[in-house]
Amino acid sequence: MLAAIAFYAMAATAIVSAFAVISARNPVHSVLFLILTFFSAAGLFVLMGAEFLAMLLVVVYVGAVAVLFLFVVMMLDVDFVELRQGFLNYLPVGALVALALFAELGLVASAAGQAGAGRAALSLGGPGEVTNAEAIGRVLYTDYLLVFQLAGLILFVAMLGAIVLTLRHRPGVKRQDIAKQVGRRRSEGVELKDVRPGQGIV
Amino acid sequence: MSYLTEYLPILIFIAVAAALGVGFMLAAWVLAPSNPDPEKVSAYECGFNAFDDARMKFDVRFYLVSILFIIFDLEVAFLFPLTLSLDDVGVFGFWSVMAFLGVLTVGFVYEWKKGALEWE
Repeated sequence: MLAAIAFYAMAATAIVSAFAVISARNPVHSVLFLILTFFSAAGLFVLMGAEFLAMLLVVVYVGAVAVLFLFVVMMLDVDFVELRQGFLNYLPVGALVALALFAELGLVASAAGQAGAGRAALSLGGPGEVTNAEAIGRVLYTDYLLVFQLAGLILFVAMLGAIVLTLRHRPGVKRQDIAKQVGRRRSEGVELKDVRPGQGIV
Repeated sequence: MSYLTEYLPILIFIAVAAALGVGFMLAAWVLAPSNPDPEKVSAYECGFNAFDDARMKFDVRFYLVSILFIIFDLEVAFLFPLTLSLDDVGVFGFWSVMAFLGVLTVGFVYEWKKGALEWE
């Protein structure tokens, strides 16, 4: 009963806020609704027993990706009113993509229902059972070693790519070099001049 | 069902946080004196009106910092299951994680040497 109430509340929140993401006038509000959608999806994951995924959704998507979206929205110097003009033009293409995604989801759901695939690996964390995160940990580092290392390589490439694409050193910027400051000697900084009366220093 | 009761403390935390947030807004709305006047929001004597929108192009370095943050965030996320399953995966799993960390440490050294973590 309680679980059903929680499920319907979070599913309804997810759908309503997902719709608000694309219909909100202010793009910053869109991102905030996106965060609400992520939170609701995390709640649904918790209800399904996938606690680890729920925590990842909150930590990675809400904590990092949504903040990056906010950055992009707030930093891009775009006239959003003008951007919205072509909104309806994209509707057919968007509907097509949504239809394809929906069909794929249906295929996955029917295949999973038929073969019972992945049932054994999913632990619901009941009493006496291992938790979801532990079940993932048991197979991630050993059975799925190759995929795990590939994920590391992808992160590595992403790091290099971000640096190569965006890092520019502006010339002529004065930086503080502490070693240089501390290593300065009196002989470099002070000079004694012999000043003749009435002539000053030339 | 027992599962939901396990999460009861978190639900209570969420409820308290929501109540606090809404409570402060309501208190400000109810208690604060409100006497709107167009002159209050206009530019002050020697001030001038805003030239354009407050949103402007920021430095691309902000993106770089946040992208690097996301990458290390994900790296840490991969390590969480290890804390629970180190007994099961044993030495092999441990060194598998060390290799994963080694690859990312190479990237970290590159980024440090390149000066990507320094602000100008």
